[in-house]
Amino acid sequence: MKDVKCECGHVNPHGTVLCEACGKILDERENKDQLLDMRYEGSARRSQTYNKTIVDKIWNFFSSVKVGVWLIVLTLLASILGTVLPQKMYIDLPPEVYYKQEYGWFGELYYRLGFHDLYGSWWYLLLIAMIGISLVICSLDRVVPLYKALKVQRVTRHVGFLKRQRLFGINTEINDKDLHLVKEHLKERRYHVREENGDLLAEKGRFSRWGPYINHVGLIIFLFGGMLRFIPGMFVNENLWVKEGETAAVPETGETFYLQNNQFILQHYDKDQNKTFEKALERAGDVVKNYQSNVVLYKRVSDNLPGEKPKLEKVKEYKVRVNHPLDFEGYSIFQASFRSELKSMSFFLANKNTNQSVGELEIDLQDPKETYDLGNGYAVKILNYFPDFEFAKDGEPTTKTRVPNNPAFVFQMISPEKPEGETSFVAIKQTIEPFGDNTYKMAFKGIETKNTSGFIVRKDSTLWAIILGGILFMIGVIQGAYWNHRRIWIQQKDGQVWISAHTNKNWYGLKQEIEKVLRDTKLNIPEDQQQSEKTDKEGI
Amino acid sequence: MKKRRLVIRTIILLVLGAAVAYTLYANFTKDNKQKVAIGEMAPDFALVDMQGNKHRLSDYRGQGVFLNFWGTWCPPCKKEMPYINNQYHQYKDKGVQVLTVDIDESALAVNQFSDRLKLDFPIMIDTNKDVMNVYGIEPLPATFLIDKNGKVVKYHKGELTENTIREFMEKIKP
Repeated sequence: MKDVKCECGHVNPHGTVLCEACGKILDERENKDQLLDMRYEGSARRSQTYNKTIVDKIWNFFSSVKVGVWLIVLTLLASILGTVLPQKMYIDLPPEVYYKQEYGWFGELYYRLGFHDLYGSWWYLLLIAMIGISLVICSLDRVVPLYKALKVQRVTRHVGFLKRQRLFGINTEINDKDLHLVKEHLKERRYHVREENGDLLAEKGRFSRWGPYINHVGLIIFLFGGMLRFIPGMFVNENLWVKEGETAAVPETGETFYLQNNQFILQHYDKDQNKTFEKALERAGDVVKNYQSNVVLYKRVSDNLPGEKPKLEKVKEYKVRVNHPLDFEGYSIFQASFRSELKSMSFFLANKNTNQSVGELEIDLQDPKETYDLGNGYAVKILNYFPDFEFAKDGEPTTKTRVPNNPAFVFQMISPEKPEGETSFVAIKQTIEPFGDNTYKMAFKGIETKNTSGFIVRKDSTLWAIILGGILFMIGVIQGAYWNHRRIWIQQKDGQVWISAHTNKNWYGLKQEIEKVLRDTKLNIPEDQQQSEKTDKEGI
Repeated sequence: MKKRRLVIRTIILLVLGAAVAYTLYANFTKDNKQKVAIGEMAPDFALVDMQGNKHRLSDYRGQGVFLNFWGTWCPPCKKEMPYINNQYHQYKDKGVQVLTVDIDESALAVNQFSDRLKLDFPIMIDTNKDVMNVYGIEPLPATFLIDKNGKVVKYHKGELTENTIREFMEKIKP
């Protein structure tokens, strides 16, 4: 493993194809009579040159563009696979049931292979991570030698290098005036012109070569931003339900912030007020104009234990509407949903024969009382309360949840006629008198509902990385795409003037520019050797 | 020169590898992230029971605490309650305290439930779900075993049999 010393005196790293300084062909395999492969300036891609330790082997694996492309292809195929059936966050049954029920054996297989959570699976993450590693190593392995080669390049180049550039021409007539004019033209066209022993190198747009690497840096920062989401506290996305009139702790704030919901407002477009849209509104029915929660944000100031009543200090009042979140300390609270819940039910106690009311009661479904005294010897006791009533498998009345979706009661009705009480089971649209005919009944009077606002609490401290990554990505694309790295060599060889030119893209533009640079001189426009090669082959 | 290159490569690979390893680890653990870890101090709380007595967890230092979270609407809770009550009587003089926390229900529902099942241990209602959030309780019933030093010994999700409860009591008996 030796460095290679070129005849021009420059020492090149092992594996260099073209001498960094003068461009002489160093690699024998390259020494054929065709155009030079100018990628990465023929510099030695570090990894390809030796293969010793395990670290080098891993490094070389990731340094290969072929490996990188395969990783991307595999990731794409995997991503396609994840779209075949719905992912687990879009289904509303347990996955072990859903896939088999909906898609039969194929669904079962899909679930068993873990494709129901494909984008969160360890191997998918590993693929993405490997693309990231490949990106870093590929870039490093290419940008460093390229930078060095472009930095140490000399003005005077080897004949072989010049001869085998795509644009190449020879002039036998040498005219100092012409050369001077060309130099002026080059400078006008913002070329950076260097001279050495009458040889000339004009270069512009070298920074365009860094575009792809800037782009990769952007991508890596982007991936890093995605990784940051896994760090606790960097990314919060939680649901929060708060009933009207209640206060709840904002999740993931460490019980520091509390949100009080004063009122939920639902507004529809009014046909009469919006005459222009009358027909459309008639067709569409009710169209919601506004979902809004009027809230107060509090900060806890007491050092209380969980379960103890916290002392709260008002921070601000806000009307949370769709797309108008309440923002504080990096958190945003969005209006996301609402639901209506039963708040209270009212009944009157009536004699079944006369249907005459002897008293009314209103039962708070969140916190019902045990006894409601109606006066004059009348009272109602709640023997049993089922907020979300159903009959259990054994026929016993029971409650499904703690939410009053379907309240049912076992009442004991006490009256002067029946001081020991009569028992009645009352559910919505259902009355059962378990111990025979009663004299009194609980007649349903009405219900009151109250709204619960559904909020999404979100915090994303990774956005800066995503935005920065995106900006760098675009800068890299623009830098690499809209500028060209152009070099023109005008050199004296064997009493002739040789003109060679190279660009990393847009050869047509370079040819146009050379024509303009050489105008008013007797110098020949260099020929496109690739084109003449082609015409030779095609026999035109 | 070659040595320096090897060192640089090793460092870069290590940094990348560490980032990947952390991401995978975080991804693996995010689903079963437990707010209260075994072996750590149980978060302190204070709640008032149905008789109006205030119970603060740290006041029971020196005793084992059998901490149960439940709801009247949850059938397995209903099943295990009488067992807990039996074992409560067995162990209350042996230094194990039973504390049970109902999640956000009405006092009426809880009182009727406890009367019907003749429960004697302290029952507290966590009206704002504060304690539930601190302990990260997801499905009910859930049971925490806390030793005499206030450290969490075990976290059990789901229904308990009388035998298991007895084993649990033995575990935290000081």
